[in-house]
Amino acid sequence: MDIPKLISSKRFVLGFLFILLVVLTTLPLYAARYSIVLLTTIFMYVVLTVSWTMFSGPTGYVSLAPAAFFGAGVYASALLGFVFPLPVIIVVGALSSACLALLVGALTLRLRGIYFVMFTFGLVELLLHFILWWEVTITGTTGRVVPTVGNTTVYYLMLTILVMVILTTYLIKHSRFGLALQSIGECEEAAAHTGVNVTALKIMTFAASAFFMGAAGAVMATRWTYIDPRIAFNPILSFLPVLMAIFGGMGQLFGPVIGAVIFTTLEEFLITRFPYYYMLIFGIIMVVAILYLPDGLVGLTQKLWNRISGAKYADP
Amino acid sequence: MPILECKEVSRYFGGLAALSRVNFHVEQGEVLGLIGPNGAGKTTLFNLMSAALKPQSGTIRFKDTDVKRLGPYKICRMGLARTFQTVRIFPNMTVLNHAILASYFGRSPGMSSPEALRSASETLEFVGLSTVKAIPAKDLTLANQKRLEVARALGTHPEILLLDEIMAGLNPAEVAQAMELVIRIRNKGITIIMIEHVMKAIMSLCDRIIVLHHGQKIAEGTPQEIATSEKVIKVYLGDKAHAGSK
Repeated sequence: MDIPKLISSKRFVLGFLFILLVVLTTLPLYAARYSIVLLTTIFMYVVLTVSWTMFSGPTGYVSLAPAAFFGAGVYASALLGFVFPLPVIIVVGALSSACLALLVGALTLRLRGIYFVMFTFGLVELLLHFILWWEVTITGTTGRVVPTVGNTTVYYLMLTILVMVILTTYLIKHSRFGLALQSIGECEEAAAHTGVNVTALKIMTFAASAFFMGAAGAVMATRWTYIDPRIAFNPILSFLPVLMAIFGGMGQLFGPVIGAVIFTTLEEFLITRFPYYYMLIFGIIMVVAILYLPDGLVGLTQKLWNRISGAKYADP
Repeated sequence: MPILECKEVSRYFGGLAALSRVNFHVEQGEVLGLIGPNGAGKTTLFNLMSAALKPQSGTIRFKDTDVKRLGPYKICRMGLARTFQTVRIFPNMTVLNHAILASYFGRSPGMSSPEALRSASETLEFVGLSTVKAIPAKDLTLANQKRLEVARALGTHPEILLLDEIMAGLNPAEVAQAMELVIRIRNKGITIIMIEHVMKAIMSLCDRIIVLHHGQKIAEGTPQEIATSEKVIKVYLGDKAHAGSK
Protein backbone atom coordinates (compact mmCIF):
# COMPACT_ATOMS: atom_id res chain seq x y z
CA MET A 1 0.00 0.00 0.00
CA ASP A 2 1.05 3.57 -0.75
CA ILE A 3 2.36 4.87 2.58
CA PRO A 4 2.26 8.66 1.92
CA LYS A 5 -1.34 8.32 0.75
CA LEU A 6 -2.30 6.30 3.82
CA ILE A 7 -0.81 8.81 6.27
CA SER A 8 -2.49 11.80 4.68
CA SER A 9 -5.88 10.08 4.43
CA LYS A 10 -8.67 11.56 6.52
CA ARG A 11 -9.47 8.32 8.31
CA PHE A 12 -5.87 7.93 9.47
CA VAL A 13 -5.69 11.48 10.82
CA LEU A 14 -9.03 11.16 12.64
CA GLY A 15 -8.02 7.80 14.10
CA PHE A 16 -4.71 9.19 15.29
CA LEU A 17 -6.40 12.20 16.92
CA PHE A 18 -8.94 9.94 18.62
CA ILE A 19 -6.25 7.69 20.10
CA LEU A 20 -4.30 10.76 21.22
CA LEU A 21 -7.38 12.16 22.93
CA VAL A 22 -8.08 8.84 24.69
CA VAL A 23 -4.48 8.69 25.92
CA LEU A 24 -4.61 12.28 27.17
CA THR A 25 -7.93 11.84 29.00
CA THR A 26 -6.87 8.66 30.76
CA LEU A 27 -3.36 9.89 31.54
CA PRO A 28 -4.01 11.18 35.10
CA LEU A 29 -5.02 7.61 36.08
CA TYR A 30 -1.52 6.21 35.68
CA ALA A 31 0.99 8.98 34.92
CA ALA A 32 3.28 10.65 37.44
CA ARG A 33 2.17 13.94 38.99
CA TYR A 34 5.09 15.76 37.43
CA SER A 35 4.02 14.86 33.90
CA ILE A 36 0.46 16.02 34.59
CA VAL A 37 1.75 19.39 35.77
CA LEU A 38 4.14 19.68 32.83
CA LEU A 39 1.39 18.71 30.38
CA THR A 40 -0.91 21.37 31.84
CA THR A 41 1.77 23.98 31.16
CA ILE A 42 2.19 22.64 27.63
CA PHE A 43 -1.60 22.78 27.10
CA MET A 44 -1.64 26.37 28.30
CA TYR A 45 0.98 27.34 25.74
CA VAL A 46 -0.82 25.41 23.00
CA VAL A 47 -4.06 27.27 23.84
CA LEU A 48 -2.28 30.64 23.76
CA THR A 49 -0.43 29.84 20.54
CA VAL A 50 -3.40 28.39 18.66
CA SER A 51 -5.70 31.22 19.69
CA TRP A 52 -3.02 33.73 18.68
CA THR A 53 -2.77 32.03 15.28
CA MET A 54 -6.56 32.02 14.91
CA PHE A 55 -6.45 35.78 14.35
CA SER A 56 -2.86 36.76 13.57
CA GLY A 57 -2.03 33.79 11.32
CA PRO A 58 -4.30 34.52 8.38
CA THR A 59 -4.64 38.30 8.78
CA GLY A 60 -0.97 39.11 9.36
CA TYR A 61 -1.87 41.51 12.19
CA VAL A 62 0.83 40.66 14.74
CA SER A 63 -0.81 41.05 18.13
CA LEU A 64 1.33 41.29 21.25
CA ALA A 65 -1.75 41.42 23.47
CA PRO A 66 -1.99 37.75 24.59
CA ALA A 67 -0.58 38.65 28.03
CA ALA A 68 -3.31 41.27 28.45
CA PHE A 69 -6.12 38.83 27.59
CA PHE A 70 -4.54 36.06 29.65
CA GLY A 71 -4.14 38.47 32.57
CA ALA A 72 -7.78 39.53 32.38
CA GLY A 73 -8.72 35.86 32.86
CA VAL A 74 -6.27 35.50 35.75
CA TYR A 75 -7.82 38.50 37.51
CA ALA A 76 -11.34 37.19 36.98
CA SER A 77 -10.24 34.09 38.90
CA ALA A 78 -8.58 36.16 41.61
CA LEU A 79 -11.54 38.49 42.12
CA LEU A 80 -14.33 35.91 41.96
CA GLY A 81 -12.44 32.82 43.20
CA PHE A 82 -14.23 32.62 46.54
CA VAL A 83 -17.60 33.77 45.19
CA PHE A 84 -18.52 31.57 42.23
CA PRO A 85 -17.87 27.95 41.20
CA LEU A 86 -14.90 27.51 38.85
CA PRO A 87 -16.83 26.88 35.57
CA VAL A 88 -18.66 30.18 36.01
CA ILE A 89 -15.37 31.95 36.72
CA ILE A 90 -13.80 30.52 33.56
CA VAL A 91 -16.72 31.76 31.45
CA VAL A 92 -16.58 35.18 33.11
CA GLY A 93 -12.80 35.37 32.58
CA ALA A 94 -13.17 34.36 28.93
CA LEU A 95 -15.99 36.83 28.32
CA SER A 96 -14.22 39.75 29.98
CA SER A 97 -11.19 39.04 27.80
CA ALA A 98 -13.40 38.94 24.72
CA CYS A 99 -15.08 42.24 25.67
CA LEU A 100 -11.69 43.84 26.20
CA ALA A 101 -10.69 42.59 22.74
CA LEU A 102 -13.87 44.00 21.18
CA LEU A 103 -13.11 47.41 22.65
CA VAL A 104 -9.42 47.37 21.78
CA GLY A 105 -10.13 45.91 18.35
CA ALA A 106 -12.65 48.60 17.50
CA LEU A 107 -10.10 51.25 18.47
CA THR A 108 -6.95 49.82 16.95
CA LEU A 109 -7.70 47.47 14.10
CA ARG A 110 -7.44 50.37 11.68
CA LEU A 111 -3.75 50.48 12.51
CA ARG A 112 -1.54 48.38 10.31
CA GLY A 113 1.90 46.88 10.76
CA ILE A 114 4.20 48.19 13.45
CA TYR A 115 1.61 50.59 14.92
CA PHE A 116 -0.74 47.74 15.71
CA VAL A 117 2.10 45.69 17.22
CA MET A 118 3.18 48.54 19.47
CA PHE A 119 -0.35 49.39 20.56
CA THR A 120 -1.21 45.83 21.54
CA PHE A 121 1.99 45.57 23.53
CA GLY A 122 1.25 48.93 25.13
CA LEU A 123 -2.08 47.50 26.22
CA VAL A 124 -0.30 44.85 28.32
CA GLU A 125 1.77 47.50 30.09
CA LEU A 126 -1.23 49.79 30.48
CA LEU A 127 -3.35 47.12 32.16
CA LEU A 128 -0.44 45.96 34.32
CA HIS A 129 0.22 49.44 35.67
CA PHE A 130 -3.42 50.37 35.94
CA ILE A 131 -4.20 47.32 38.09
CA LEU A 132 -1.02 47.81 40.09
CA TRP A 133 -2.08 51.38 40.83
CA TRP A 134 -5.63 50.27 41.62
CA GLU A 135 -4.51 47.56 44.03
CA VAL A 136 -2.05 49.79 45.85
CA THR A 137 -4.12 52.96 46.14
CA ILE A 138 -7.71 51.72 46.18
CA THR A 139 -7.76 48.24 47.69
CA GLY A 140 -4.47 48.50 49.56
CA THR A 141 -3.03 45.14 48.49
CA THR A 142 -0.63 44.03 45.80
CA GLY A 143 -1.31 40.33 45.56
CA ARG A 144 -4.36 38.11 45.81
CA VAL A 145 -4.92 34.52 46.86
CA VAL A 146 -6.72 32.21 44.44
CA PRO A 147 -8.44 29.05 45.73
CA THR A 148 -6.73 25.90 44.46
CA VAL A 149 -8.63 23.02 42.91
CA GLY A 150 -6.06 20.24 42.46
CA ASN A 151 -3.74 19.29 39.63
CA THR A 152 -6.02 16.79 37.93
CA THR A 153 -8.95 19.22 37.73
CA VAL A 154 -6.70 21.92 36.26
CA TYR A 155 -5.38 19.36 33.78
CA TYR A 156 -8.85 18.37 32.58
CA LEU A 157 -10.06 21.97 32.38
CA MET A 158 -7.05 22.98 30.31
CA LEU A 159 -7.49 19.93 28.08
CA THR A 160 -11.13 20.90 27.50
CA ILE A 161 -10.18 24.46 26.54
CA LEU A 162 -7.45 23.06 24.29
CA VAL A 163 -9.87 20.81 22.41
CA MET A 164 -12.34 23.69 22.08
CA VAL A 165 -9.80 26.16 20.74
CA ILE A 166 -8.44 23.70 18.20
CA LEU A 167 -11.95 22.78 17.06
CA THR A 168 -12.96 26.45 16.77
CA THR A 169 -9.83 27.36 14.82
CA TYR A 170 -10.36 24.40 12.52
CA LEU A 171 -13.99 25.35 11.88
CA ILE A 172 -13.15 29.01 11.21
CA LYS A 173 -10.26 28.07 8.93
CA HIS A 174 -12.46 25.82 6.80
CA SER A 175 -15.43 28.17 6.63
CA ARG A 176 -16.13 31.17 4.42
CA PHE A 177 -14.74 33.34 7.21
CA GLY A 178 -11.39 31.54 7.07
CA LEU A 179 -11.18 32.41 3.39
CA ALA A 180 -12.16 36.00 4.14
CA LEU A 181 -9.52 36.28 6.89
CA GLN A 182 -6.89 35.06 4.44
CA SER A 183 -8.03 37.64 1.90
CA ILE A 184 -7.67 40.36 4.56
CA GLY A 185 -4.10 39.24 5.21
CA GLU A 186 -3.20 39.20 1.52
CA CYS A 187 -4.87 42.44 0.41
CA GLU A 188 -7.30 44.11 2.75
CA GLU A 189 -8.47 46.74 0.28
CA ALA A 190 -9.41 44.18 -2.35
CA ALA A 191 -11.15 42.06 0.30
CA ALA A 192 -13.39 45.00 1.22
CA HIS A 193 -14.25 45.59 -2.43
CA THR A 194 -15.18 41.92 -2.77
CA GLY A 195 -17.92 42.35 -0.15
CA VAL A 196 -16.05 41.30 2.99
CA ASN A 197 -16.93 43.41 6.03
CA VAL A 198 -13.27 43.57 7.02
CA THR A 199 -13.67 45.65 10.19
CA ALA A 200 -16.37 43.46 11.74
CA LEU A 201 -14.61 40.24 10.80
CA LYS A 202 -11.29 41.37 12.25
CA ILE A 203 -12.85 42.52 15.52
CA MET A 204 -14.95 39.37 15.96
CA THR A 205 -12.01 37.04 15.31
CA PHE A 206 -9.78 39.09 17.59
CA ALA A 207 -12.41 38.71 20.34
CA ALA A 208 -12.78 34.96 19.72
CA SER A 209 -9.04 34.51 20.09
CA ALA A 210 -9.04 36.59 23.30
CA PHE A 211 -11.92 34.49 24.66
CA PHE A 212 -9.75 31.36 24.82
CA MET A 213 -6.73 33.24 26.19
CA GLY A 214 -8.91 34.57 29.01
CA ALA A 215 -10.25 31.09 29.74
CA ALA A 216 -6.70 29.74 29.96
CA GLY A 217 -5.76 32.57 32.34
CA ALA A 218 -8.72 31.87 34.62
CA VAL A 219 -7.77 28.19 34.87
CA MET A 220 -4.05 28.80 35.30
CA ALA A 221 -4.58 31.23 38.18
CA THR A 222 -5.97 28.40 40.33
CA ARG A 223 -2.69 26.55 40.01
CA TRP A 224 -0.58 29.51 41.05
CA THR A 225 -2.56 30.09 44.30
CA TYR A 226 -1.04 33.57 44.69
CA ILE A 227 -1.04 36.19 41.95
CA ASP A 228 -0.13 39.84 41.58
CA PRO A 229 -0.32 42.14 38.52
CA ARG A 230 3.25 41.31 37.47
CA ILE A 231 2.49 37.58 37.41
CA ALA A 232 -0.89 38.01 35.70
CA PHE A 233 0.31 40.41 33.00
CA ASN A 234 3.75 38.91 32.40
CA PRO A 235 4.91 40.34 29.02
CA ILE A 236 6.75 37.10 28.17
CA LEU A 237 3.30 35.55 27.62
CA SER A 238 2.84 37.98 24.75
CA PHE A 239 6.06 36.97 23.03
CA LEU A 240 6.10 33.21 23.55
CA PRO A 241 2.92 32.45 21.55
CA VAL A 242 4.35 34.41 18.61
CA LEU A 243 7.68 32.59 18.79
CA MET A 244 6.01 29.21 19.17
CA ALA A 245 3.77 29.84 16.19
CA ILE A 246 6.74 30.88 14.02
CA PHE A 247 8.75 27.91 15.28
CA GLY A 248 6.00 25.44 14.42
CA GLY A 249 4.86 27.12 11.21
CA MET A 250 1.56 28.89 10.62
CA GLY A 251 0.57 27.36 7.28
CA GLN A 252 -1.25 24.43 8.88
CA LEU A 253 -3.35 24.21 12.03
CA PHE A 254 -1.06 21.63 13.65
CA GLY A 255 1.99 23.88 13.13
CA PRO A 256 1.37 26.09 16.18
CA VAL A 257 0.37 23.00 18.20
CA ILE A 258 3.62 21.21 17.42
CA GLY A 259 5.58 24.45 17.88
CA ALA A 260 4.14 25.02 21.34
CA VAL A 261 4.63 21.39 22.42
CA ILE A 262 8.26 21.15 21.29
CA PHE A 263 9.11 24.66 22.48
CA THR A 264 7.75 24.10 26.00
CA THR A 265 9.35 20.67 26.32
CA LEU A 266 12.64 22.06 25.08
CA GLU A 267 12.47 24.92 27.56
CA GLU A 268 11.77 22.51 30.43
CA PHE A 269 14.63 20.24 29.35
CA LEU A 270 17.10 23.12 29.01
CA ILE A 271 16.13 24.69 32.35
CA THR A 272 16.70 21.43 34.23
CA ARG A 273 19.88 20.43 32.38
CA PHE A 274 21.57 23.78 31.78
CA PRO A 275 20.13 26.24 34.30
CA TYR A 276 22.84 28.82 33.56
CA TYR A 277 23.05 28.60 29.80
CA TYR A 278 19.47 27.78 28.94
CA MET A 279 18.51 31.28 27.72
CA LEU A 280 21.62 31.36 25.52
CA ILE A 281 20.94 27.97 23.94
CA PHE A 282 17.31 28.87 23.55
CA GLY A 283 18.21 32.10 21.77
CA ILE A 284 20.49 30.28 19.33
CA ILE A 285 17.78 27.74 18.50
CA MET A 286 15.31 30.56 17.85
CA VAL A 287 17.68 32.46 15.56
CA VAL A 288 18.42 29.31 13.57
CA ALA A 289 14.71 28.50 13.31
CA ILE A 290 13.83 31.97 12.02
CA LEU A 291 16.75 32.08 9.57
CA TYR A 292 16.48 28.61 8.11
CA LEU A 293 12.87 27.59 8.69
CA PRO A 294 10.76 30.44 7.31
CA ASP A 295 7.69 28.20 7.31
CA GLY A 296 8.54 26.55 10.63
CA LEU A 297 8.97 22.91 11.43
CA VAL A 298 5.78 22.00 9.62
CA GLY A 299 6.87 23.88 6.50
CA LEU A 300 10.14 21.96 6.51
CA THR A 301 8.39 18.63 6.96
CA GLN A 302 5.98 19.47 4.18
CA LYS A 303 8.80 20.39 1.83
CA LEU A 304 10.49 17.04 2.48
CA TRP A 305 7.13 15.32 2.19
CA ASN A 306 6.40 16.84 -1.21
CA ARG A 307 9.81 15.68 -2.39
CA ILE A 308 8.95 12.14 -1.31
CA SER A 309 5.43 12.02 -2.73
CA GLY A 310 6.22 14.30 -5.70
CA ALA A 311 3.14 16.50 -5.35
CA LYS A 312 2.99 20.20 -6.15
CA TYR A 313 -0.45 21.58 -6.74
CA ALA A 314 -2.34 18.74 -5.12
CA ASP A 315 -6.04 19.26 -4.56
CA PRO A 316 -6.75 20.07 -0.92
CA MET B 1 -33.49 56.68 -14.34
CA PRO B 2 -29.70 56.31 -14.46
CA ILE B 3 -28.18 53.45 -12.44
CA LEU B 4 -25.32 55.69 -11.25
CA GLU B 5 -25.16 59.44 -11.11
CA CYS B 6 -22.43 61.92 -10.09
CA LYS B 7 -23.45 65.49 -9.28
CA GLU B 8 -20.93 68.31 -8.80
CA VAL B 9 -18.38 65.85 -7.35
CA SER B 10 -15.14 67.35 -6.02
CA ARG B 11 -12.20 65.75 -4.27
CA TYR B 12 -9.02 67.48 -3.12
CA PHE B 13 -5.72 66.02 -1.99
CA GLY B 14 -4.14 68.79 0.06
CA GLY B 15 -4.55 71.87 -2.08
CA LEU B 16 -4.69 69.92 -5.32
CA ALA B 17 -8.10 69.40 -6.91
CA ALA B 18 -8.05 65.81 -8.15
CA LEU B 19 -11.65 66.27 -9.29
CA SER B 20 -13.65 69.44 -9.44
CA ARG B 21 -17.40 69.62 -10.00
CA VAL B 22 -17.71 66.55 -12.17
CA ASN B 23 -21.18 65.68 -13.45
CA PHE B 24 -22.18 62.56 -15.32
CA HIS B 25 -24.50 59.59 -15.26
CA VAL B 26 -24.55 56.00 -16.51
CA GLU B 27 -27.60 54.24 -17.89
CA GLN B 28 -28.44 50.61 -17.28
CA GLY B 29 -26.66 48.32 -19.75
CA GLU B 30 -24.36 51.02 -21.10
CA VAL B 31 -20.60 50.81 -21.66
CA LEU B 32 -19.09 54.11 -20.58
CA GLY B 33 -15.45 54.95 -21.32
CA LEU B 34 -13.37 57.20 -19.10
CA ILE B 35 -10.25 58.64 -20.72
CA GLY B 36 -7.78 61.41 -20.09
CA PRO B 37 -4.05 61.97 -19.63
CA ASN B 38 -2.23 60.59 -16.58
CA GLY B 39 -3.25 62.39 -13.39
CA ALA B 40 -6.55 63.52 -14.83
CA GLY B 41 -8.47 62.03 -11.88
CA LYS B 42 -9.87 58.87 -13.48
CA THR B 43 -8.85 56.44 -10.76
CA THR B 44 -9.87 58.92 -8.06
CA LEU B 45 -13.32 58.93 -9.62
CA PHE B 46 -13.38 55.11 -9.43
CA ASN B 47 -12.35 55.27 -5.79
CA LEU B 48 -15.19 57.67 -5.08
CA MET B 49 -17.77 55.56 -6.92
CA SER B 50 -16.72 52.39 -5.10
CA ALA B 51 -16.80 54.21 -1.72
CA ALA B 52 -13.07 53.76 -1.07
CA LEU B 53 -12.89 57.55 -0.79
CA LYS B 54 -15.53 60.11 0.09
CA PRO B 55 -16.07 63.25 -1.98
CA GLN B 56 -15.63 66.58 -0.18
CA SER B 57 -18.58 68.00 -2.02
CA GLY B 58 -21.20 66.76 -4.43
CA THR B 59 -23.11 63.49 -4.36
CA ILE B 60 -22.79 60.11 -6.01
CA ARG B 61 -25.97 58.09 -6.17
CA PHE B 62 -25.98 54.38 -6.99
CA LYS B 63 -29.45 52.91 -7.54
CA ASP B 64 -30.79 56.03 -5.81
CA THR B 65 -28.70 55.55 -2.64
CA ASP B 66 -26.07 58.07 -1.57
CA VAL B 67 -22.73 56.25 -1.81
CA LYS B 68 -21.20 58.52 0.85
CA ARG B 69 -22.87 56.61 3.63
CA LEU B 70 -21.76 53.16 2.46
CA GLY B 71 -18.47 51.36 2.96
CA PRO B 72 -16.77 49.49 0.10
CA TYR B 73 -18.17 46.13 1.22
CA LYS B 74 -21.72 47.47 1.35
CA ILE B 75 -21.62 48.96 -2.11
CA CYS B 76 -20.19 45.68 -3.41
CA ARG B 77 -23.12 43.80 -1.86
CA MET B 78 -25.46 46.31 -3.49
CA GLY B 79 -24.07 45.35 -6.88
CA LEU B 80 -21.09 47.57 -7.73
CA ALA B 81 -17.80 45.74 -8.27
CA ARG B 82 -14.40 46.99 -9.43
CA THR B 83 -10.94 45.98 -10.53
CA PHE B 84 -7.69 47.77 -9.64
CA GLN B 85 -5.26 49.59 -11.89
CA THR B 86 -2.28 47.95 -10.20
CA VAL B 87 -3.19 44.29 -9.77
CA ARG B 88 -4.48 43.59 -6.23
CA ILE B 89 -4.98 39.87 -6.15
CA PHE B 90 -4.50 37.62 -3.12
CA PRO B 91 -1.05 36.19 -4.03
CA ASN B 92 -1.14 32.91 -2.10
CA MET B 93 -4.82 32.15 -2.65
CA THR B 94 -5.79 29.80 -5.45
CA VAL B 95 -7.68 31.16 -8.44
CA LEU B 96 -10.74 29.10 -7.49
CA ASN B 97 -10.77 30.49 -3.95
CA HIS B 98 -10.79 34.06 -5.30
CA ALA B 99 -14.01 33.28 -7.12
CA ILE B 100 -15.48 31.34 -4.17
CA LEU B 101 -14.77 34.28 -1.84
CA ALA B 102 -16.59 36.56 -4.27
CA SER B 103 -19.66 34.29 -4.38
CA TYR B 104 -19.77 34.01 -0.58
CA PHE B 105 -19.55 37.72 0.13
CA GLY B 106 -20.96 39.33 -3.01
CA ARG B 107 -24.46 40.43 -3.89
CA SER B 108 -26.16 37.19 -2.83
CA PRO B 109 -24.59 36.28 0.52
CA GLY B 110 -25.62 33.19 2.45
CA MET B 111 -24.79 30.73 -0.33
CA SER B 112 -24.14 27.17 0.74
CA SER B 113 -20.69 25.87 -0.10
CA PRO B 114 -21.79 23.71 -3.07
CA GLU B 115 -23.69 26.71 -4.47
CA ALA B 116 -20.67 28.97 -4.02
CA LEU B 117 -18.45 26.39 -5.69
CA ARG B 118 -20.82 26.08 -8.65
CA SER B 119 -21.15 29.84 -9.03
CA ALA B 120 -17.36 30.25 -8.77
CA SER B 121 -16.72 27.56 -11.39
CA GLU B 122 -19.18 29.26 -13.76
CA THR B 123 -17.40 32.58 -13.30
CA LEU B 124 -13.99 31.04 -13.99
CA GLU B 125 -15.39 29.23 -17.02
CA PHE B 126 -16.83 32.54 -18.27
CA VAL B 127 -13.55 34.47 -18.05
CA GLY B 128 -11.49 31.50 -19.21
CA LEU B 129 -9.51 30.64 -16.10
CA SER B 130 -10.86 27.13 -15.51
CA THR B 131 -7.64 25.43 -16.52
CA VAL B 132 -5.57 27.27 -13.88
CA LYS B 133 -8.06 27.21 -11.02
CA ALA B 134 -5.86 25.24 -8.60
CA ILE B 135 -2.87 27.58 -8.99
CA PRO B 136 -1.98 30.32 -6.48
CA ALA B 137 -2.64 33.73 -8.05
CA LYS B 138 0.98 34.87 -7.81
CA ASP B 139 2.03 32.16 -10.28
CA LEU B 140 -0.25 33.45 -13.07
CA THR B 141 0.87 35.58 -16.02
CA LEU B 142 0.02 39.29 -15.90
CA ALA B 143 -2.76 38.82 -18.45
CA ASN B 144 -4.29 36.06 -16.34
CA GLN B 145 -3.89 38.08 -13.13
CA LYS B 146 -5.87 40.90 -14.75
CA ARG B 147 -8.43 38.34 -15.88
CA LEU B 148 -8.58 37.08 -12.28
CA GLU B 149 -9.33 40.61 -11.07
CA VAL B 150 -12.26 40.67 -13.48
CA ALA B 151 -13.33 37.20 -12.33
CA ARG B 152 -13.28 38.23 -8.67
CA ALA B 153 -15.38 41.30 -9.45
CA LEU B 154 -17.80 39.34 -11.68
CA GLY B 155 -18.04 36.61 -9.04
CA THR B 156 -19.87 39.02 -6.75
CA HIS B 157 -22.63 39.16 -9.42
CA PRO B 158 -22.56 42.94 -9.93
CA GLU B 159 -25.02 45.10 -11.83
CA ILE B 160 -22.28 47.57 -12.62
CA LEU B 161 -18.61 46.81 -13.15
CA LEU B 162 -15.76 49.33 -12.96
CA LEU B 163 -12.76 48.20 -15.02
CA ASP B 164 -9.55 50.14 -14.34
CA GLU B 165 -7.06 49.67 -17.20
CA ILE B 166 -7.53 45.94 -17.60
CA MET B 167 -5.60 46.06 -20.89
CA ALA B 168 -2.52 47.99 -19.77
CA GLY B 169 0.67 46.00 -20.25
CA LEU B 170 -0.94 43.28 -22.37
CA ASN B 171 0.27 42.24 -25.83
CA PRO B 172 -2.01 42.68 -28.89
CA ALA B 173 -3.35 39.12 -28.75
CA GLU B 174 -4.16 39.48 -25.05
CA VAL B 175 -5.81 42.87 -25.68
CA ALA B 176 -8.04 41.23 -28.30
CA GLN B 177 -9.05 38.56 -25.78
CA ALA B 178 -9.76 41.18 -23.12
CA MET B 179 -11.94 43.14 -25.57
CA GLU B 180 -13.89 40.04 -26.39
CA LEU B 181 -14.39 39.45 -22.64
CA VAL B 182 -15.77 42.98 -22.17
CA ILE B 183 -18.29 42.39 -24.97
CA ARG B 184 -19.44 39.15 -23.37
CA ILE B 185 -19.83 40.89 -19.98
CA ARG B 186 -21.93 43.60 -21.62
CA ASN B 187 -24.05 40.95 -23.32
CA LYS B 188 -24.89 39.57 -19.87
CA GLY B 189 -26.60 42.91 -19.22
CA ILE B 190 -23.95 44.26 -16.86
CA THR B 191 -23.32 48.00 -17.01
CA ILE B 192 -19.63 48.81 -17.51
CA ILE B 193 -17.50 51.87 -16.82
CA MET B 194 -13.97 51.44 -18.11
CA ILE B 195 -10.78 53.45 -17.81
CA GLU B 196 -8.44 52.60 -20.65
CA HIS B 197 -5.50 54.01 -22.55
CA VAL B 198 -5.81 51.48 -25.37
CA MET B 199 -7.74 53.71 -27.80
CA LYS B 200 -8.68 50.92 -30.17
CA ALA B 201 -10.51 49.20 -27.31
CA ILE B 202 -12.20 52.35 -26.01
CA MET B 203 -13.37 53.43 -29.45
CA SER B 204 -14.83 50.10 -30.45
CA LEU B 205 -16.36 49.04 -27.10
CA CYS B 206 -17.88 52.18 -25.62
CA ASP B 207 -21.34 53.59 -26.24
CA ARG B 208 -20.27 56.90 -24.76
CA ILE B 209 -16.98 58.44 -23.62
CA ILE B 210 -16.11 61.01 -20.97
CA VAL B 211 -12.82 62.89 -21.13
CA LEU B 212 -11.22 64.14 -17.93
CA HIS B 213 -8.38 66.65 -17.80
CA HIS B 214 -6.91 68.17 -14.62
CA GLY B 215 -9.89 66.90 -12.66
CA GLN B 216 -12.49 68.44 -14.95
CA LYS B 217 -14.82 66.91 -17.47
CA ILE B 218 -13.87 68.56 -20.73
CA ALA B 219 -15.86 66.46 -23.18
CA GLU B 220 -18.56 63.85 -23.41
CA GLY B 221 -20.02 62.06 -26.39
CA THR B 222 -20.01 59.08 -28.71
CA PRO B 223 -16.60 57.68 -29.75
CA GLN B 224 -17.07 59.45 -33.09
CA GLU B 225 -17.66 62.83 -31.47
CA ILE B 226 -14.73 62.42 -29.08
CA ALA B 227 -12.34 61.38 -31.85
CA THR B 228 -13.10 64.54 -33.79
CA SER B 229 -13.39 66.95 -30.84
CA GLU B 230 -10.80 69.72 -31.13
CA LYS B 231 -10.69 70.19 -27.37
CA VAL B 232 -9.75 66.55 -26.82
CA ILE B 233 -7.13 66.56 -29.54
CA LYS B 234 -5.63 69.68 -27.98
CA VAL B 235 -5.38 67.99 -24.58
CA TYR B 236 -3.70 64.91 -25.96
CA LEU B 237 -1.48 66.43 -28.65
CA GLY B 238 -1.11 70.10 -27.67
CA ASP B 239 -1.91 73.29 -29.58
CA LYS B 240 -1.43 73.51 -33.31
CA ALA B 241 0.44 76.76 -32.72
CA HIS B 242 2.86 75.07 -30.31
CA ALA B 243 3.37 72.14 -32.61
CA GLY B 244 4.42 74.44 -35.40
CA SER B 245 6.58 76.92 -33.50
CA LYS B 246 10.07 76.32 -32.18
